[in-house]
Amino acid sequence: MAKLHVSTSVNGEPMEFLCEPYETMLDALRGQLGLTGSKEGCSSGDCGACSITLDGRLVCSCLMLAAEAEGHEIRTIEGMAKGGQLHPLQQKFLEHAALQCGICTSGMLVASEALLAKNSNPTEEEVRFWLAGNLCRCTGYDKIVRAVMETAAEMREARP
Amino acid sequence: MAGGTDLLVQMRSGLVRPGLIVDIKKIGEMTEIAETADGGFRIGAAVSGMALLEHPRFGKVWPGVLEAVNLIGSKQVQGRASAGGNLCNGSPAGDSVPAMIAAGAVVTVQGPNGRRELKVEDVPAGPGRTNLKPGEILVSFALPPRAAGSSDAYLRMIPRTEMDIAVVGLGVSLTLKDGVCTAARIGLGAVAPIALLVEPAAKALIGSKLDEAALEAAAAACRAACRPIDDKRGTIAYRTKTAGVLLKRTAAIAARRAGGH
Amino acid sequence: MNVVDNKWIGQRTIRPDGVDKVTGRAAFAADTTMPGMIWGKVLRSPHPHARIKSINTAKAEALPGVKAVVTSRDVVDFSIEKGAVMLGIQDMRWMCRNVMARDKALFPGHPVAAVAATTEAIAAEACKLIEVDYEVLPWAIEIDDALRDNAPILHEWHKVDGKPSNVMSRLEVKKGDIAQGFKDAEIVIERSFTTRPVHQGYIEPHACLISVAADGNTTIWSSSQGQFMVRAMTSMLTGIPQSDIRAIPAEIGGGFGGKTIVYLEPLATLLARKSGRPVKMVMTREEVMRATGPTSGSKSTVKIGAKKDGTIVAAHGAFYLQAGAFPGSPIRGAVGCSFAPYDIPHVLSEGFDVCSNRSKVAAYRAPGAPIGAYAVECVLDELAERLKMDPLELRLKNAAKQGTKAAHGPVFPRIGYIETLEAAKSHPHYAAPLGKLQGRGVASGFWFNAGGESSAQVNITEDGNVVVTTGHPDIGGSRAGIANICAELLGIDYNRISVIIGDTQTVGFSNLTGGSRVLFASAMVVTQAADKVIATLRERAAKIWEIDPEAVKWENGAAHPVSPNAGEFKPLTLADLAEKAPSQGGPIGASVQLNTQGAEGGFGTHICDVEVDAELGIVRVIRYTAVQDVGRAVHPSYVEGQLQGGVAQGIGWALNEEYIYNRDGKVDNPGFLDYRMPVCSDLPMLDTVLVEVPNPKHPQGIKGVGEVPLVPVMAAVANAVHNALGRRFYSLPMSPPKVSAELDTPAELAAE
Repeated sequence: MAKLHVSTSVNGEPMEFLCEPYETMLDALRGQLGLTGSKEGCSSGDCGACSITLDGRLVCSCLMLAAEAEGHEIRTIEGMAKGGQLHPLQQKFLEHAALQCGICTSGMLVASEALLAKNSNPTEEEVRFWLAGNLCRCTGYDKIVRAVMETAAEMREARP
Repeated sequence: MAGGTDLLVQMRSGLVRPGLIVDIKKIGEMTEIAETADGGFRIGAAVSGMALLEHPRFGKVWPGVLEAVNLIGSKQVQGRASAGGNLCNGSPAGDSVPAMIAAGAVVTVQGPNGRRELKVEDVPAGPGRTNLKPGEILVSFALPPRAAGSSDAYLRMIPRTEMDIAVVGLGVSLTLKDGVCTAARIGLGAVAPIALLVEPAAKALIGSKLDEAALEAAAAACRAACRPIDDKRGTIAYRTKTAGVLLKRTAAIAARRAGGH
Repeated sequence: MNVVDNKWIGQRTIRPDGVDKVTGRAAFAADTTMPGMIWGKVLRSPHPHARIKSINTAKAEALPGVKAVVTSRDVVDFSIEKGAVMLGIQDMRWMCRNVMARDKALFPGHPVAAVAATTEAIAAEACKLIEVDYEVLPWAIEIDDALRDNAPILHEWHKVDGKPSNVMSRLEVKKGDIAQGFKDAEIVIERSFTTRPVHQGYIEPHACLISVAADGNTTIWSSSQGQFMVRAMTSMLTGIPQSDIRAIPAEIGGGFGGKTIVYLEPLATLLARKSGRPVKMVMTREEVMRATGPTSGSKSTVKIGAKKDGTIVAAHGAFYLQAGAFPGSPIRGAVGCSFAPYDIPHVLSEGFDVCSNRSKVAAYRAPGAPIGAYAVECVLDELAERLKMDPLELRLKNAAKQGTKAAHGPVFPRIGYIETLEAAKSHPHYAAPLGKLQGRGVASGFWFNAGGESSAQVNITEDGNVVVTTGHPDIGGSRAGIANICAELLGIDYNRISVIIGDTQTVGFSNLTGGSRVLFASAMVVTQAADKVIATLRERAAKIWEIDPEAVKWENGAAHPVSPNAGEFKPLTLADLAEKAPSQGGPIGASVQLNTQGAEGGFGTHICDVEVDAELGIVRVIRYTAVQDVGRAVHPSYVEGQLQGGVAQGIGWALNEEYIYNRDGKVDNPGFLDYRMPVCSDLPMLDTVLVEVPNPKHPQGIKGVGEVPLVPVMAAVANAVHNALGRRFYSLPMSPPKVSAELDTPAELAAE
């Protein structure tokens, strides 16, 4: 079977790749596109390590066929920092030690950014339920939740 | 394929090997949320939970259906998963189904022989199976206009706080007038090969003031309707007991939302 | 926490590898690629127990795209008759059979062959074409089934009292005479407990990328807790000399002990050697859950005797641990740690290693100790209740301290156990009011910790900064701790220090990342290396100033004369001396390799509050405080992180995690959907109290911290549930159907 040709936009840049019909977006990101920041933890949508946004909506890239990226806007962890400038969430994660092994971190950050884009003043409970789809085995989530809430507070203050 | 959140997992595990996958998300009718002239809603089968959440009015009218759809999986899954996919996947535990049943949803199905309508509770045929004929696809859900004093709710029992398949799922839709329940529908999931419309439970509530006796009678009717299995998620005894507990809690929430007690 | 006098030790610096990890740049094993790379897949036994009569790989080899097939014929044999060949705590006789079945498949998922092909899909297809003739045998998974008369026997050559047995070994520690002890007791409580197997649950599946050149030069990228272990095991199982193997530790996405052995590396190496192409192998989540070592399920009986005033006089623990397919369950941890927090005159602690048809267990964070502590700490809770004593008071009354002889042998030096009890007792959490259906439980725990071999290099760059090369994979933030220490010792800004983890060809032998030893051991060698560097710097300054090196001190990143008497000289900074190095004898650096000694055990005391939805049997942890004596918190955030992570794992173990088997003996929940680890919304904030009782045998007072946090958790949760409901749970997990069934049983009939 011939491969499918896909034209899409990833982190604001036009990209093209070939893929098998059954390949997932995660396969394409990590394989053809060389963007290994999104991680594979389970391939069944239960761990969130592969989280990306599709037209601004938070999704698991392992639950999306690569071919579905055609004509859409994908954003991954690699697009979070602007040039050399870390996103406030990334900086806060570092300051709060909100990561240990780092395998869940890409997904956590993409999911957290999606939350703050929707809700700039989340309660602790709202943060916890939003991130329920991002498994972490190292941290017990405590420092992650603190980092997200503190970032939200700082971003609210910074807004003109 | 709508959201694909079940299909891709099944493909990955080798459970299904599709020869052809048709992405239906570009078909307008299947991805729209429309309010009908009579105050009802028509939800495209492929509308994602997130899109439903973002609709300005849907959640006010049908908070139970909304919360049910948005309990499927994680936020990531809700960004893609649809009520149509949830129904057609045929899991007895699919979260949206009991709420749709309670809502009295009617589905439109399109096939080679044209369109037909089915009550949503008539769609599931067994675990992993529906009553759709070969060549048919689910197009949309129609939710009826609401009488004043109506609301709904959905609760499920899961061991964690998120991310589990429902051990029991229960949806209640009811109407209250001067504190008396004048209409009710109860949908019960994960306790039988298909989700159930539990009419005896509704009968126990209708005409009552949702007092303890009526709720207990409805709970008993739900327990009696259960035909569950022992599996890695729950035992027969546990599911049966839980069905009764959830009835009382869900009815109370629906009643509060409907403006009563 | 002591941050006085410390510019860097005790500071919450930004970890050196942090930016890469928050931007997705950090390279984990599955992220690596090599030109010409092909993919490996494993064919696994579908049967829990079967004799392998023959394997025919011809059809697989003929499939276009297949480049190599390996079977156990290709793996070096360590014959059973020749006796144990130990690599650390692993017996290579079991390792060689674990990576690939030889005459018998011993669990569903046991590898029987492996294929490398140009795509994953072709490799998977090829696996299906391999014909294996199995003679299916009866199987036993649970301890009871493995111990029954006429139980299916996994290792027929092993006999106990002349009869084939699945009990592979017994371990005991003894102190005093428990018969006498129980005679002296005025109250005796004996209880039995069971726990299910649970998985470490690392989010990153095992992965490796291996290239073998025609001359045997082998490069390994893998996710492991020890590149030297990877090199050694791969060498022993493939026959390639260690000097030809370069094992590079990729960033590791969690291990918790589960990555202290190899699964894929020997197979990928054999495939790479046969095919002449680099081979990448990545496990699926299902393979991780079916075929890698979880920790043991267990059956324990604990009997404790005490006087009416609460003095514990005798204790007996019998711990049966499930080893899985091959011997090696962590009975040492259960036997040695369970009673360690207490000064008990008469103790017998016995462990039994039981084989059964499930995957071979691997280490899991303080292996064996959480299982034993669950039993002992619950019995102590019952004892306290009977004696109407506060449970922390009971522990204080019997607490081990300096000079106490532990049942497992050592006499404790200065330890911090009592401090943890007192900190817990005085913590506001302990006095906070509780509402309806809420309860509070406490528990303590101990873990041995370890020292062991470590190597490090400290090199000064030509522009006057520092590169530290250490030998242990960083799973918890150890690079940050090392950078803190180095900055402190050299008196320079933290950001001028680069800490990297060397591979087997670029750094000296360093033992595994595990045993709560990385910072302890690496700090020791880094300190010695830094001291050597400072000595060199002082000598160089002395030469320039033409004074005696004794008259030079190193302070705040520069050489200074010790006093005005030594002379009036402008300080020479690290940058100054680095610049002058070529003309002064060459590069400035030092390398140290040690088998570090002086590691001391750690203690924790935890307070847990739960709230129970009694109708549905759902237990939620609503507040948690973990107190631990951590020696010295070099980087407090990462020490707190260890406590919080261990607590979260223990809560999962206590409430929802378990292996579920179907009637065919296969794992029914091999994924994150039904293997239920805590998600973010399941947990409250996890408070920690770091009690610093510095380890006198370590230059910075460091003590291992990583494993103790898991030890007390299940008992703390179980004791809290009892406090809320008045019911005790003698088996884990306390999942809703079980709690609900227990509550539906009238109290008199409830399990006792």
